Amino acid sequence: MAKIGVKVKVNGVERAAEVEPRLLLVHFLRENLRLTGTHVGCDTSHCGACTVVLDGRAIKSCSVFAVQADGREILTVEGLEQDGKLHAIQEGFFQEHGLQCGFCTSGMLMTGYAFLKSNSNPTEDEIRHAISGNLCRCTGYVNIVKAYQYAAAKLREGGE
Amino acid sequence: MTTPKTPAEIGGMGHSVKRKEDPRFLRGQGTYVDDIVLPDMLYLDIVRSPYAHAAITNIDTSKALAIPGVLAVITGKDLAAYNLHWMPTLMSDTQMVLPVEKVMYQAQEVAAVLATERYIAADGADAVEIDYDPLPVLIDPKKALLPDAPVLRTDKPDKKDNHIWHWEWGDRAATDQAFRDAEVTVKEDIYIPRIHVSSIETCGCVAHFDKVRGKLTVWMTTQAPHAIRTVFALVAGHVGLAEHKIQIISPDIGGGFGGKVPVYPGYVIAVAASVLTGKPVKWIEDRMENIQADSFARDYHMTAELAGKKDGRLTALRIKTIADHGYTDAAANPSKFPAGLFHICTGSYDLKAAHVEVDGAYTNKPPGGIAYRCSFRVTEAVHAIERMADLMAHEIGMDAAEFRMKNFIKPEQFPYKSALGWEYDSGDYAAALRKAMDNLGYEELRKEQVEKRKRGELMGIGISSFTEIVGAGPSKHFDILGLKMFDSAEIRIHPTGKAIARFGTKSQGQGHETTYAQIVAEELGIPVDDVAVEEGDTDTAPYGLGTYASRSTPTAGAAGAIAARKIRDKAKKIAAYLLEAHEDDLEWEPGKFFVKGSPDRAKTIQDIALAAYTNHPQGMEAGLEAVSYYDPPNLTYPFGSYICVVDIDKGTGEVKVRRFMAVDDCGNIINPMIVEGQIHGGLTMGLGPALYEEIQYDDSGNILQGSFMNYLLPTAVETPNWETDKTCTPSPHHPLGAKGVGESATVGAPAAIVNAVVDALWHLGVRHIDIPITPPKVWKLLRDNGVTE
Amino acid sequence: MIPRSFEYFAPRTLDEAVSLLGKLGQEAKILSGGQSLIPMMKLRLATPPYIIDINRIPDLNYITEQNGYLRIGALARESDFEVSPTIMSRYPILMDTTVVIADPLVRNQATACGNLAHGDPANDHPATMLALGALIIAVGPKGEREIPIGSFFTGLFTTALQPDEILREIKVPIPAPSSGGAYLKIKRKVGDYATAGVAVQITMNGAGVCQRAGVGLTNVGFIPLKAKGAEAFLTGKTLDEATIKQAAEIAAGEAQPIDDIRGSAEYKRDLVRVLTARALNRALKRANGGA
Repeated sequence: MAKIGVKVKVNGVERAAEVEPRLLLVHFLRENLRLTGTHVGCDTSHCGACTVVLDGRAIKSCSVFAVQADGREILTVEGLEQDGKLHAIQEGFFQEHGLQCGFCTSGMLMTGYAFLKSNSNPTEDEIRHAISGNLCRCTGYVNIVKAYQYAAAKLREGGE
Repeated sequence: MTTPKTPAEIGGMGHSVKRKEDPRFLRGQGTYVDDIVLPDMLYLDIVRSPYAHAAITNIDTSKALAIPGVLAVITGKDLAAYNLHWMPTLMSDTQMVLPVEKVMYQAQEVAAVLATERYIAADGADAVEIDYDPLPVLIDPKKALLPDAPVLRTDKPDKKDNHIWHWEWGDRAATDQAFRDAEVTVKEDIYIPRIHVSSIETCGCVAHFDKVRGKLTVWMTTQAPHAIRTVFALVAGHVGLAEHKIQIISPDIGGGFGGKVPVYPGYVIAVAASVLTGKPVKWIEDRMENIQADSFARDYHMTAELAGKKDGRLTALRIKTIADHGYTDAAANPSKFPAGLFHICTGSYDLKAAHVEVDGAYTNKPPGGIAYRCSFRVTEAVHAIERMADLMAHEIGMDAAEFRMKNFIKPEQFPYKSALGWEYDSGDYAAALRKAMDNLGYEELRKEQVEKRKRGELMGIGISSFTEIVGAGPSKHFDILGLKMFDSAEIRIHPTGKAIARFGTKSQGQGHETTYAQIVAEELGIPVDDVAVEEGDTDTAPYGLGTYASRSTPTAGAAGAIAARKIRDKAKKIAAYLLEAHEDDLEWEPGKFFVKGSPDRAKTIQDIALAAYTNHPQGMEAGLEAVSYYDPPNLTYPFGSYICVVDIDKGTGEVKVRRFMAVDDCGNIINPMIVEGQIHGGLTMGLGPALYEEIQYDDSGNILQGSFMNYLLPTAVETPNWETDKTCTPSPHHPLGAKGVGESATVGAPAAIVNAVVDALWHLGVRHIDIPITPPKVWKLLRDNGVTE
Repeated sequence: MIPRSFEYFAPRTLDEAVSLLGKLGQEAKILSGGQSLIPMMKLRLATPPYIIDINRIPDLNYITEQNGYLRIGALARESDFEVSPTIMSRYPILMDTTVVIADPLVRNQATACGNLAHGDPANDHPATMLALGALIIAVGPKGEREIPIGSFFTGLFTTALQPDEILREIKVPIPAPSSGGAYLKIKRKVGDYATAGVAVQITMNGAGVCQRAGVGLTNVGFIPLKAKGAEAFLTGKTLDEATIKQAAEIAAGEAQPIDDIRGSAEYKRDLVRVLTARALNRALKRANGGA
């Protein structure tokens, strides 16, 4: 099949490539751009390990074609740290032991990044619903909730 | 364990040191197998059988080979030319890599497509055309064991049935007598269905055979890299692979839980493809392949019986089990124990007589049995005893907690020799249960239950007071394929006082880079940040049996302590030399030796390390390092008491876990934060099988839960806010007084949940429910007993 | 997990999209949210040779009240409903519905219009739109037409949309005063399709009598079902415990569930009974000004 040119801004940097229309966004990020922080965990759009932020919304990059991202902006886990400083959500996961094997973590971080922009003081129930599209087998979610709460508090205080 | 012996700056045992592995994961800079890319790398995709049992009559690869970029299609016949089409399992049975004559489970690997790109390999796999002649399918192990059942393992010329083995343990005569003498007996059929561990990362490898160097390197999702290396050397020795020319690298692993112990055909085919082509070959399975073909857990059909007195004293236990193993015995149990450590099933109770027997059966399903955080069948054992204990308590009208207290092994009875031959190292079961009860307000909850029942509301309280058995294991009894189950640590201190410590285990999220560093910090007073921990590269790590069955702290952790103590012994000699004092006049505090009575005459471990390379005593070797291969004298026996409170919706049958209190005892704790995390995760892997997870097959062998669409993993919404606490009963034989803990919660939790639901429905006449306790099951019990909304 | 190859088109206007659809024929598929289509393509259950991506077409993302209708554009995402002040304050039944569809990530891409166009009886919006008496605006080569929701679902994964038509908008008649609705869904876990779901929309007069009732059923038939018998029963009746109980039994009788992995037909039918009663109580509360 003929390839199509796409231009995507990823983590603030313009990236361009020629891709097959069927190329999934997650593979575009991992293989074309070598940003392997976003992961593939399933084949039925259930696990959320592939979550990235597309034009400000957290989406499952396994269920979007790369060509759909043409002209748009993506933030991946690699783009969270700014000037050597971890984002509040990353700091939260570190302080609250919100990760074990790390495989679902990038998805949890990106969902958190977007969620906390629209809900600065979430309840536990709201957090659990917010991450219901992200599966974890290691942590049992308790500390992920705490990590989100830590990050929310930090962001409210004016931290980044 | 109370206050840590080291200050926070050193970070030894007891400190909740933040994890050293986190920085890379938080930044998306982990190195998982699918992150590895090598020049000229090829991709492997596997064609799988839609049939559970069928003869292969034709494989047409022409359409696949016609696709540009498809380089080869490998079949069983290709591997047979190298005698690689069959290989041994970890239980000394045999398994197919690729079949020549027939397939024996749905989703079995039948052919493998090698291509230049991942997407092309997928197109190639789609284009391979295979003709099958279906054969009769055996799904029910009881049917498989009937005398007239068709024989599945036609590859074994002397095999006349589907019976794999019979195993029994205990005093049958004494147990039968105890049952005859019993005042009360309870009996129940308990089926624990097949489940699948579904770590978020699936399995895969990158195999790279370097033709020039004659060396095979395989990055692999494996929990036991050394064992894999040895197995590869034995299996493929005849094609020229020798153990010193095989390197297995287990990089970052996205969860194992037992599912990444077996040797899957995909690995072997990828290795063969790399050897043949001289190019790196990547194989990464999809989630559906992972669920449908990889190792499962449970599938135990048990009939359990308890005998006791009317006053509640238990006397004997009898369990008969049929174990559905799939088409071959590939469970990774220690070789002497085909039913794993199932005979821990006398549990926390002082039972005088017990007998268990297990019969393994072949069926047309993928092989396995223990790949789900279960400590070698301990989940099954605990489920049986805790269900039966609860059943007995309810039957005689005694409170479930009181019943357990009455029967617990008492602290003064330790070390305790169970009726089935295990020597429990230490425990205080009553204290753990009491703590759980106090934390939850047990008595108030029972009062609330009475009130609710009067109003027709369904509330239940369930307890699970389990004893776990981990740390396999003493070489006298424990081996896998003959490899004894010791484990190892190799620690080297550098001139500037920093350390590198390598172990024979392999973390898949348990935090060894942090906890093992804490062990070194504890023993040598070197700050945690100054200790680099490595695992997983067989070229550099000392030989070990890997991480599963909660064995790491009990074996490799102990090895780390012993190796550190060897270093400390040498350090003392160097210190004596530097201080011009006699060794006997030196005392140790974390990080330094000092002369008794003259604390300012001291040498730090850093001073000593430097001296080991610049100023060591004459007649002593330079350097400061040690190796320990630790053969544990016994297993360790963590334990706990869990209490679950449920409310049941009469309209829909939905069970809601209102509260869950988990009190765990794993002896001395290295990192409380990490242990708590393991409990949270383990409880969630107990909740899943209790209420959501199950693998079923129809009569034709079609899997009904072949993807996450129907294999239901709990999200954060289904998962309650786990409440945890602990008691501490150190292990008397472990160098650190520590026990394993990673699987306790998965082992103990399901019974607590089932007990709670049955407790809620007991007054309606419900006696037992098999897991998963789904809303339709509860709804049916309610309606059948006249309860509706 | 890898889709088959296809040709990709990203038209910039609705006319262009319609024209492409006509040109490429029945095998072309519209891509909007893609949260049903792309997963099917990854499993190769769907292998369309042509994909027409309508996400580039401007002015299709709206949720707005106008001329007596709540108008929902083709690209209104489920998560847009969750933050829409209109939906939050005036259409709690739609809020109920949207928040139980899949999970929050899927909802950031999935569209309500796509949820109807797919023709899946397991989707949630159909029952709610049936209860609300919505109208579907389809645009094709001959222009636009209105399809009443009651005639929209014709078979399993089949709707009244012609192969050359695109679902452009959903029009929901703005409910009269003293109206209330609710959608309740029982599912095995978050993200699952309904074991059963019931949507109820009622309008009351001032005296506790139901003037209009809409009842839609999710995943208990080959198509999304309108429980006409329950609707007829409720109309003109005082809504009290007895009538609600009876309406619920009628609705249960109208369900056509089958035994499957989510439960037996008997179980699902009883869920319809239980959920209809619960939804009616909720709808009544809302009609009377509550939440």
